[in-house]
Amino acid sequence: MANRTVIPFGPQHPVLPEPIHLDLVIEDEHVVEAIPSFGFIHRGLEKLAEKRDFTEFTFVAERICGICSYIHGMGYCQAIESVMGLEIPERAKWLRTMWAELSRMHSHMMWLGLLGDAFGFENLFMAFWRVREGLLDIIEETSGGRVIFGAAKVGGIRRDVPDDLLARIPAQLAKIEAEMRPITDVFRDDFSVRQRLCGVGVLSQKDAYDLGAVGPVLRGSGVAVDTRLEGYAAYDRVQVEPIVESDGDCWARAMVRIREVYQSFEILKQVLPNVPAGPVDMKVTGAPNGEFFARLEQPRGEVIYYVKGSGKKQLDRFRVRTPTFANIPPLLKMLQGCQLADVPVIVLTIDPCISCAER
Amino acid sequence: MKLFQKSPWIIHYDGASCNGCDIEVLACLTPRYDVERFGIINTGNPKHADILLITGYINEQSQPVVRTIYEQMPEPKVVVAIGICATSGGIFRECYNTKGGVDSTIPVDVYVPGCAARPESIIDGVVQALAILERKKKEMAARP
Repeated sequence: MANRTVIPFGPQHPVLPEPIHLDLVIEDEHVVEAIPSFGFIHRGLEKLAEKRDFTEFTFVAERICGICSYIHGMGYCQAIESVMGLEIPERAKWLRTMWAELSRMHSHMMWLGLLGDAFGFENLFMAFWRVREGLLDIIEETSGGRVIFGAAKVGGIRRDVPDDLLARIPAQLAKIEAEMRPITDVFRDDFSVRQRLCGVGVLSQKDAYDLGAVGPVLRGSGVAVDTRLEGYAAYDRVQVEPIVESDGDCWARAMVRIREVYQSFEILKQVLPNVPAGPVDMKVTGAPNGEFFARLEQPRGEVIYYVKGSGKKQLDRFRVRTPTFANIPPLLKMLQGCQLADVPVIVLTIDPCISCAER
Repeated sequence: MKLFQKSPWIIHYDGASCNGCDIEVLACLTPRYDVERFGIINTGNPKHADILLITGYINEQSQPVVRTIYEQMPEPKVVVAIGICATSGGIFRECYNTKGGVDSTIPVDVYVPGCAARPESIIDGVVQALAILERKKKEMAARP
């Protein structure tokens, strides 16, 4: 039997923008087991819900994570609105859908760049991030923020988007889509990219389902689950098909995300012309009394918010189950038996968002 | 900018932030803002770095990591605290797991405010850090 060695991976590692620590048990060049340890970014913000006003807590909820921040704020508001029985105005619902899709696109494009960087294709990293800046311009014009939008609030959205601005967005999106095509073609066709991704970190359909994977990891393994089909916000009135790949390797997970970016362009084509006129927010009186589970689709997968109030301005309990947290057990399964050199790429393909996972 | 004889390399560590500032730090390196044209490169190795960019506040578990990275960097070195969390704890100040800003653990030279800090202000912070780096270098040379 070959000697076993333990190699620490992280918390400070060139590939990871965030700290996660894995103890990799190595036999020759193969990983036998990966033991994770957490807590580098634990803030304890769920407890903060007991100190803050429930409307004020939206800002804290948005800062669970800076990449998928908008959907965190929106999901929290959605949960509170369901407890209080509020039916928000139609225009607010459609604009929320628009921002949710824009944030999904900017997150996926960021991730595609980081994946390129992880296997040493720095040009790809730069190219994706250059195109992504165009999306951030749209986000900044409409909401006022680049990464933290600050646009959601309990009872609607914080500021209206002028109609002439909405009318300008499709042209900007078309330009971005045209710039995207050649870069994603590189991802699809390049020999060296395929060498690094195909057949690496395979997760079978059964394992993905049994271990509770969510989002692109689950869909990359051939399970068609997409929480957007639940029809929250205005998703019940747009055409959404879950995007599924069957191979379950790193390549399949990258393809799911690339196709989801293009799907988001299609969804926005349906959303933007249909935003109705009218008010964007409503008066909120009283305090939440009751409990609710809200399920939403984040760029990284399904996220669950649980809120419980007892008629006070502060919530009794706020709980969020984030997609990265659910994707850690499948990650440990993928790492078993892989090459040491493939570990950074495999860790990156679950799109780890440690800030989300540790809250 | 003509003060520098060598290109300053940066290292980035996420103390305990929400990621917002981290992706803005990376955005500084990419073509829209492109600090690499000034020779600033993001390195993964603290022993190669001159400037430490820290986002987020410090908690019990990240404290030894931050201290180790700081101690491994060669002199002269400059620390830039990015975002309001790194400055004072920000929105998470009242959380039970917060120890405060980065200056509770290591000395900080430049504070960059903002939530999330914009790339322009991060670049401004790094430019100020360069001046401090130059000063520290002169002080080192003057030491007996």
